Amino acid sequence: MNALQLDKGASHHSAYDLRVPSERSETHTITVLVDNEAGVLARVVGLFSGRGYNIESLTVAEVDHTGHRSLITIVTRGNPSVIEQIRAQLERIVPVHEVHDLTVDGDSVERELALLKVRGTGSQRVEALRLADIFRAKVVDSTLESFVFEITGTTEKIDKFAELMRPLELVEIARTGVVGISRGL
Amino acid sequence: MSSNGNGSNSARVMTGAQMVVQALKDNNVDVVFGYPGGAVLPIYDEIFQQNEIRHYLVRHEQGAVHAAEGYARSAGKPGVVLVTSGPGATNSVTGMTDALMDSVPIVVFSGQVPTFMIGNDAFQEADTVGITRPCTKHNWLVKDTNRLPHAIHQAFYVATNGRPGPVLVDIPKDVQFATGTYVPPEMADSTSYRPRRHGDPHAIAELAELIEQAERPIFYTGGGIINSGSTACQLLRRLVDGTGFPITSTLMGLGAYPASGKRWLGMLGMHGSYEANFAMYECDLMINVGARFDDRITGRVSDFSPGSHKVHIDIDRSSINKAIPTHLPIIGDAGSVLNDLLARWTERGGKTQKDKVGEWWNQINEWRRKDCFHYENSTKRIKPQHAIQRLEALTKHLDRYVTTDVGQHQMWAAQFMGMEEPFRWMTSGGLGTMGYGLPASIGVQVAHPDSVVINVAGDASWLMNMQEMGTAVQYRLPVKQFIVNNKRLGMVRQWQQILHGQRYSHSWSEALPDFELLAQSFGCHGIQVTHPDKLDDAIVEMIETDGPVIVDCVVERHENCFPMIPSGEPHNRMIFADDVEQESDDLIGDSGSVLV
Repeated sequence: MNALQLDKGASHHSAYDLRVPSERSETHTITVLVDNEAGVLARVVGLFSGRGYNIESLTVAEVDHTGHRSLITIVTRGNPSVIEQIRAQLERIVPVHEVHDLTVDGDSVERELALLKVRGTGSQRVEALRLADIFRAKVVDSTLESFVFEITGTTEKIDKFAELMRPLELVEIARTGVVGISRGL
Repeated sequence: MSSNGNGSNSARVMTGAQMVVQALKDNNVDVVFGYPGGAVLPIYDEIFQQNEIRHYLVRHEQGAVHAAEGYARSAGKPGVVLVTSGPGATNSVTGMTDALMDSVPIVVFSGQVPTFMIGNDAFQEADTVGITRPCTKHNWLVKDTNRLPHAIHQAFYVATNGRPGPVLVDIPKDVQFATGTYVPPEMADSTSYRPRRHGDPHAIAELAELIEQAERPIFYTGGGIINSGSTACQLLRRLVDGTGFPITSTLMGLGAYPASGKRWLGMLGMHGSYEANFAMYECDLMINVGARFDDRITGRVSDFSPGSHKVHIDIDRSSINKAIPTHLPIIGDAGSVLNDLLARWTERGGKTQKDKVGEWWNQINEWRRKDCFHYENSTKRIKPQHAIQRLEALTKHLDRYVTTDVGQHQMWAAQFMGMEEPFRWMTSGGLGTMGYGLPASIGVQVAHPDSVVINVAGDASWLMNMQEMGTAVQYRLPVKQFIVNNKRLGMVRQWQQILHGQRYSHSWSEALPDFELLAQSFGCHGIQVTHPDKLDDAIVEMIETDGPVIVDCVVERHENCFPMIPSGEPHNRMIFADDVEQESDDLIGDSGSVLV
């Protein structure tokens, strides 16, 4: 074989896919009902990391003690074909029983719980309590210098409350991530 | 849980190690490939004390999994592997990943350190279920002897149902020693895993209508049709011959439709035939049966078969719309769907657009005249294509199984060796695992002791698992190793020539062994052939020699594998042997080179 006369085609890059990120990205809330067994969360999370999907929020808890079932709620972002893949990939994990995309499978309710610690003395204290009242946040701990508020609601509501608390010396925030359920039967 | 057990139907008390052996028997296993070590000694002790299950001692755990893959793919039943903890388990990872990519049912048993030592960084401890989670379909760490039979029976169920794949059961040593209650498969807890077998009848009816209307149809089949079984392959043949539609296949699906069949266009894809790739590009109806639109098949996704209506039959829903948007997905087992389809289409009168399909064939026959696998032969040096053509000619009439390694020789074997039946072609398609061929050929030979099993290998690939020659010799497995030796990493070299400015970075072997002497040192026969005139004699000698043989077929070093669809190009832009010298500068654009 004669050697090729080639210098221009020589390329410095060499990897794989040129996926064109043309489609728009959407946020979806997906619930996954799984057998509550060792490693099941790792399987689900490993699927997301291994295939390059996003996780914006994740909650897990046992929902059926006798049946050993846990519900995982994942908020993810991706274009429609990625979302479809996520669902199909989740469904083929052996201990997965059901997968629901709350964002497309009809109306749903989504809630998140947050605990916010706010330092406050004097007038700031009063202002924090007033705002908490408007947002229907509860005081669950109080010292002379601080409050802990508990607030439940959509992610946007909690974001807004946290934003308002920041100038009133928000010290710390803990959030559960989103849980969701479909409306009606 | 399937109830195919042949053991006792009642629960019995026994040790964990005894359970493993009993569960193997109850799942109709008679062959295990493995390698002992500290954490599996109780199981090996049980294997020693029985005769129903034959154990083959490999030389490296990767070889055990590939041997089990060869066994599984040629025998149509799951392959079983037994390895120890730590390095035994980690060495099997490549094999399991290979089996996952190519959907091969494999059940791996790994020993683990005792439960009370897990997490202590004990000797030969590894987080085996953690490491193998992404490379198995499912895996189990069994911490209670009473759960062991359930896990093993579930493992066989999961490995063989739905889209097949590898599974692993990790068994700590104390669980092997402890006693518990054994239950047979029919009494085991079932899993929630229930893959769908039957396709949606409405979708199948729609496909029957599409078949009636298509003017430029093509069947594009893959490994799924072979995994579905011989009945599925028979149904495919009836459908193809009944409709008169052309058929092409991926590397994994070769043999489902006979290569000598009238409708056969050859393999498609990066090194597939001109007629197959052009037909895929120009078709108006594409019926994908058990293939997954792999990137070696599609080329540039945005230009993949632009004008066609795409139907995708697959048992794995996640394969639908993953790479290529499908117009009509049918989720189900290929055999079941084809059966329903054939019934439906026949019932509707078995019609096609005969005239239009006839014109389509005229076009295809024109493409065929391109003679795309043409190469310049030589009287001085053995051309690798010629070597494989001669191998084909001299062994085709035999009861023959072929395995390959990975690289140029693999593509040439796919181009020049015609598979007439399914289950006779074993190659690493998805993962592209160099070193697959020799251990796979051993597994095939174990399943088919009286058949001729040939591994078409490259020198570099073969060295990656050459230790398994010891296994072949020990068990008198007469595997034929046909090494196409170009002293190069041929496919890497080819890409460097075309893509990387002929900078041959580390793609040659300067210190290859003398394969003839190597064969002798293993205690088997070695043949070296360097001249085209002696090629046929060497192949005949290989076939006629009793026992394992290594053939060192020294070939032209710089031969390239053509035709080729450059990465990132559509199907209708193929290059041929003649094109390279003139056109190489512009063969692959910058964006294409990213795709390798």
